Amino acid sequence: MCLPMKKRQSKIDPVTGGSDIRPPVLWDSLMKKQAFENFIYGVFLLLGLITVGCVLLITVYLIISGIPAIREIGLFKFLFGKTWASTAKTPQFGILPFILTSIYGTAGAIALGVPIGFLTAVYLAKAAPPKVKAVVSAAVSVLAGIPSVVYGLVGMLVLVPGIRSIFHVPDGASLLAAIVVLAVMILPSIVNVSITALEAVPQEYEDASLALGATPTETYFRVSVPAARSGIAAAVVLGVGRAIGEAMAVMMVSGNVANMPSLFQSVRFLTTAVASEMSYSSGLQRQALFSIALVLYLFILLINAALNFFLKRSKEA
Amino acid sequence: MSDIITVKDLCLWYGSAQALKDININIPEHAITALIGPSGCGKSTFLKTLNRMNDLIPGVKITGEVRYAGQDIFAPGVDVNMLRKDIGMVFQKPNPFPMSVYDNIAYGPRTHGIKGKAKLDDIVERSLRDAAIWDEIKDRLKKNALGLSGGQQQRLCIARALAVEPQVLLMDEPTSALDPISTGKIEELASALKEKYTIVIVTHNMQQAVRISDQTAFFLLGELVEYGDTETIFSVPVDKRTEDYITGRFG
Amino acid sequence: MQPGISKKRRAYILLMRILMWLSVALTAGLVLFLVTYVMAKGLPEISWNLLTTKPSYLSGNIGILPDILNTVYIIIAALIFVIPLGAGAAVYLNEYARNKKLVAVIEYAAETLSGIPSIIYGLVGMLFFCSFLDMQTSLLAGALTLVIMNLPTVLRTTQESLKTVPQSYREGAFGLGAGKWRVIRTVVLPGCVDGIITGCILSVGRILGESAALLFTAGFAHAVHGFFEGLNSAGATLTVALYVYAKEQGEFGVAFAIAAILMVLTLLIQLAAMLVGRYFKKRRDL
Repeated sequence: MCLPMKKRQSKIDPVTGGSDIRPPVLWDSLMKKQAFENFIYGVFLLLGLITVGCVLLITVYLIISGIPAIREIGLFKFLFGKTWASTAKTPQFGILPFILTSIYGTAGAIALGVPIGFLTAVYLAKAAPPKVKAVVSAAVSVLAGIPSVVYGLVGMLVLVPGIRSIFHVPDGASLLAAIVVLAVMILPSIVNVSITALEAVPQEYEDASLALGATPTETYFRVSVPAARSGIAAAVVLGVGRAIGEAMAVMMVSGNVANMPSLFQSVRFLTTAVASEMSYSSGLQRQALFSIALVLYLFILLINAALNFFLKRSKEA
Repeated sequence: MSDIITVKDLCLWYGSAQALKDININIPEHAITALIGPSGCGKSTFLKTLNRMNDLIPGVKITGEVRYAGQDIFAPGVDVNMLRKDIGMVFQKPNPFPMSVYDNIAYGPRTHGIKGKAKLDDIVERSLRDAAIWDEIKDRLKKNALGLSGGQQQRLCIARALAVEPQVLLMDEPTSALDPISTGKIEELASALKEKYTIVIVTHNMQQAVRISDQTAFFLLGELVEYGDTETIFSVPVDKRTEDYITGRFG
Repeated sequence: MQPGISKKRRAYILLMRILMWLSVALTAGLVLFLVTYVMAKGLPEISWNLLTTKPSYLSGNIGILPDILNTVYIIIAALIFVIPLGAGAAVYLNEYARNKKLVAVIEYAAETLSGIPSIIYGLVGMLFFCSFLDMQTSLLAGALTLVIMNLPTVLRTTQESLKTVPQSYREGAFGLGAGKWRVIRTVVLPGCVDGIITGCILSVGRILGESAALLFTAGFAHAVHGFFEGLNSAGATLTVALYVYAKEQGEFGVAFAIAAILMVLTLLIQLAAMLVGRYFKKRRDL
């Protein structure tokens, strides 16, 4: 191959474009090569588009399978009905208990997990000696790796009995148990994303604050944290997404009864509503489960959009 | 004129490398003292020693004595935060916080416990006026400070430093990132500020040293080679190395 | 100079420091508690019999061999698909794509995928793979569901390491007259092996811990099969088995044994990810 680079890459028609005379055999192989490169390009393009395809697939399937039940039940009755009795003689499909449980549960997990995760992140990103930082960061990533069923198992055997005896309630499997488990489970996301945001704060801001006579601790909380606020907001939103989407651990500790949410009562989340009835459901009940998944999916899309917004802003800052 | 800062036999090491060697210097109040010398000569390190910003760097060892208003700044009882309140600093690169102009100025006073809107409003206006930027940005106090031009940002940083009512202002090449017009404004400002404050300024620009400073100290390889009246230093330097530097033979 | 900072400031600083320490202690303590509790409860329950037999209602025997095999099968099957798909998409984004809008769309899609809860993957996997493609409830259907789930992970890690392949390598190879594909095959792909391996390790960790997405796609069966036969039949992975033993059968001993195994594997995976990261970083810095 002794042809100059430029010719091969340019889009000049290979037959008429060049003026030099080439041996036809070489030319033929060049054309084949171009076709081959085009083919490879096509393959990679296809691979690149697969993620988009998957999102479309999921969206389309959820919409197609989720709409019929909503139509039959009625959107308002479905979303705001307070009773879920899918296997009763005259079944009722109101998912307000699930929606509210998911919202309360997530809010509780955030209220509990965010302060702890946030303060841990500030300490690790700014104040911790390197060794402490290495050890605790490793511990946090272990936390992130533990399977949700293990959280569920420990929750079932430690947390649920604990809540029962501390608060003297008949059954510890409750919203509170779910909140505690979720708070622990979202901790790693909050810590890690916040650390990334805090470490990106330019040293100059902190220097300026120290030079004004602020102490290091004051500087972290009054300059570094506000400067990293978009990133920290992203951490919180990520935590919301994790909490609202968790199914198995919650199923194991929340008692799984379709009550309106209350701290010490057994409850059912959007996720667990789908998971707990899917294996034996049929007909309208099954379709209603798909509708629940669609509602959950819409929540997630909303959260993703918020996450993207904050991540973008944090990158710009 | 009395000396506000006196330095005796100051040595400083970064790990095993000695960055400052037996520095002895007295800095008079209500004057501008310029620190000049080639890059890496220790002038910035020296400046940062005066408000103990070097404490932040791991592995730094300091011997000798620095007295501010008669008080040894390395004495165990000294609160470094109070020292930095008295000895303010302006950095090479303008570094306003990513907050509003108002919050930038109010940050220092708030940190030191000043509350009340009227009081803060007053401090903000006074500081911005002292930094000669009030007229330019009085309508944009609630806007994010990062939206200002580089020169405005630097004057904002000066105003922010003034807001905690320091006695001394350390300036670490405050104009090196600015255009000539902004540089001129900062120089004018520095000259005006010496009525109320003592200024120590590190500069790469010898014209700048001549234009604004009363004393000049020439640093080389961690040593203070020569120190005296700016006029004397630049007209009849005693040391050969000073002469070589100011005549541009190295640098 | 004033002697020191005010009492109020001192109190604020002390308070914030105490809160930070408490949070860190709580976080670290939680991890310590979880690991030791699960190990203490689970390790004594692990026996040779448990690891090498299958459960039988007739003899009352409980064994998790099928679940171990299922987990291994599903990991292998998922990786076989996810590596080329994820790495290929990353190569497209980094090496081929010129259209910025398309890149943004693909990246947004990947971000969306990584935010979707596993229960939704399970549901769509059930509808698409099990029903529409008629795979029934099978390990293969489960594995393919997990492929979609882990696609963004492999995509992202590969993309990150592609960005570290110096542009000069590509230019050098092009300068020698190599075609695009040849440059990618010989210069770009070898340069991003670390990203692919990191992506695989992370994916293995996620697959190992996944349960909600497998409930309705891979099922609950506990039969011992070979690899290909296994892929076509239903089967519970370790996590699903843990769930079933704990929640539906009340066999907490077995559940803890599985939990301990999962915990050890999780720790090993963390360690592997860390070591691989360090190894490749060292090699790159040389």
